[in-house]
Amino acid sequence: MATASTTREEKRPGSFYALSAFFALFVVFLYGPVVTILILSFQGPSGGLTFPMNGVSLYWFERLWSGRGTVDIGSAFQRSLILGLTVMVLTVVISVLAGLAFRKKFFGSTALFYVAIASLIVPSIVVSLGIALEFRILDDILRPLLYQIGLLSRRGNSLGLFTSGLGAHLSWTLPFGLLIMFAVFNRLNKSYEEAARDLGASNWQSFRHVVLPMIAPFLIGIALFGFTLSWDEIARSSQTMGSTNTLPLELAALTTTVTTPEIYALGTSVTAVSFTVIFGTLAAFVLLQRRRQRRALAD
Amino acid sequence: MTETLDAPTQVGASNADKGVARTGARRTSWTPAWVAYLQAAPIALVFLLFFILPLIATFVVSFWNYTEYSIEPAFALTNYQDVFYGCFSGSSGLCTTFATYLSTLKFVAIVWAMTLAIGFTIAYFLAFHIRTLPMQIALFMVCTIPFWTSNVIRMISWIPLLGRNGLVNEMLLATGLIDRPLEWLLYSDFAVSLALIHLYTLFMVVPIFNSMMRIDRSLIEAAYDAGASGWQTLTNVIIPLVKPGILIGSIFVVTIVTGDYLTIGIMGGQQIASVGKVIQTQINFLQFPIAAANAIVLLAVVLVTIWGMLRLVDIRKEL
Repeated sequence: MATASTTREEKRPGSFYALSAFFALFVVFLYGPVVTILILSFQGPSGGLTFPMNGVSLYWFERLWSGRGTVDIGSAFQRSLILGLTVMVLTVVISVLAGLAFRKKFFGSTALFYVAIASLIVPSIVVSLGIALEFRILDDILRPLLYQIGLLSRRGNSLGLFTSGLGAHLSWTLPFGLLIMFAVFNRLNKSYEEAARDLGASNWQSFRHVVLPMIAPFLIGIALFGFTLSWDEIARSSQTMGSTNTLPLELAALTTTVTTPEIYALGTSVTAVSFTVIFGTLAAFVLLQRRRQRRALAD
Repeated sequence: MTETLDAPTQVGASNADKGVARTGARRTSWTPAWVAYLQAAPIALVFLLFFILPLIATFVVSFWNYTEYSIEPAFALTNYQDVFYGCFSGSSGLCTTFATYLSTLKFVAIVWAMTLAIGFTIAYFLAFHIRTLPMQIALFMVCTIPFWTSNVIRMISWIPLLGRNGLVNEMLLATGLIDRPLEWLLYSDFAVSLALIHLYTLFMVVPIFNSMMRIDRSLIEAAYDAGASGWQTLTNVIIPLVKPGILIGSIFVVTIVTGDYLTIGIMGGQQIASVGKVIQTQINFLQFPIAAANAIVLLAVVLVTIWGMLRLVDIRKEL
């Protein structure tokens, strides 16, 4: 800020201070409540859901993770993590492919874009119900046929974490991925690719050695969206996970039943994963940008 | 559907068009035409299987019959009749469905107004009062990080603050402003509105901030040079130019709140009705056809709302 004030001679208007105060209040509003449950999750064994703190301990974390408490969290945690990582990888790959496709002219591109935006706007409960119904109908029609040729068992349903659940999450993460790819490719200087072609690079070589390194930092952004949107997803998951539950679904169910700080310990654990991913991603982004700048200088 | 979604998609569509238009002068692609179809196939397949077909399935099932044990293919309008039971009979009271939508509409109005006011102010501060780009990015990140954390946790984090023995009540009691804990702080309309504003203000900040950053600063200088006051510049120059951002943010907030069932459920102590909650309950009782009929009505309401909002601001002219 010091450099800014020396380059600009203007004085700060009075409204600056009022708006700064408003911004500070907004940040307190955003973070304050989460900080409270972060603190309360370290409540002593006899502590309750609200202040005051009855000592400081890891009691509720231990209870949560040992499985002695009211919640069996390990398996839901694992499921959400694996699903999130799968969604992350697929979102990056599919978004990049789609981004490349939209750089060219193809029949139906406008319609496909409309559909992606619609998938973002249609209420998630509607999509979730739709997927559940679709799978029930498909089960009724296809299962007897597949049973005949010995591929599937006669009974049961195909709703599950990596069938309907994965698809439901992708229908939510891919519009974000696609929009980021649009922004990235719009800003991409095409001269580099032309130069690569002039030097005799093949399609694949020009993508692998020219385009990919340039878009890599933004792919990290898409990965961040892919993982965190899946990790915290709940509305589209609600009808599509079959007999299993993801971590957010467990957490939402617990809000009505658990009356101990265990739920705060769970909240803190989930937030810790989110924050590790967010800050890990941001660090990776900054490192990539720095390395690129160093290389540019070295050249 | 195409009509209603025409305008916002213009952004991306025109991006695609631009890419195409440029190919005349500069080639951007040396690959054969069919490669584009292969590259677009995975995303198209995902949307077909997990968005288009589900919506069709919902529409079809909304005409089916159901019993306690099963659902059966049929073409019956009974589900829709059940949804609108008592709505058009001319009796004085509101039917359940209209009352539910009215209750949801109240939250939409409150949350929209508050997120717009807060979101616009925050975006204005970041765009026009913060002078260096790194600082702008840093403060913007501070605002966006909560978006990447769990909504449920951000909801339950209000409990220790707003509960009967919560921090707010304790403080008010200690200062002597009240002599009995306030009951309406948690599991109430107030709690639902507060949580929704807390969760979704960011959806206003991002598009409005984006629009503001695109404003040519010389326009504002020109307004000042022509003798406009700060307020006149705001209402005559800035607000007209950020209309697309306001519209995009509004579409997000309005559609999310209309379809919400989780926040209203948790923060309302499962006592406040919402359309999403009605659908959720019917699904739990395996009454899929009537849940589907409700879902189709909700979808229609959301689409008509978006269409109406696009009528108010012609986003194609604004861009």
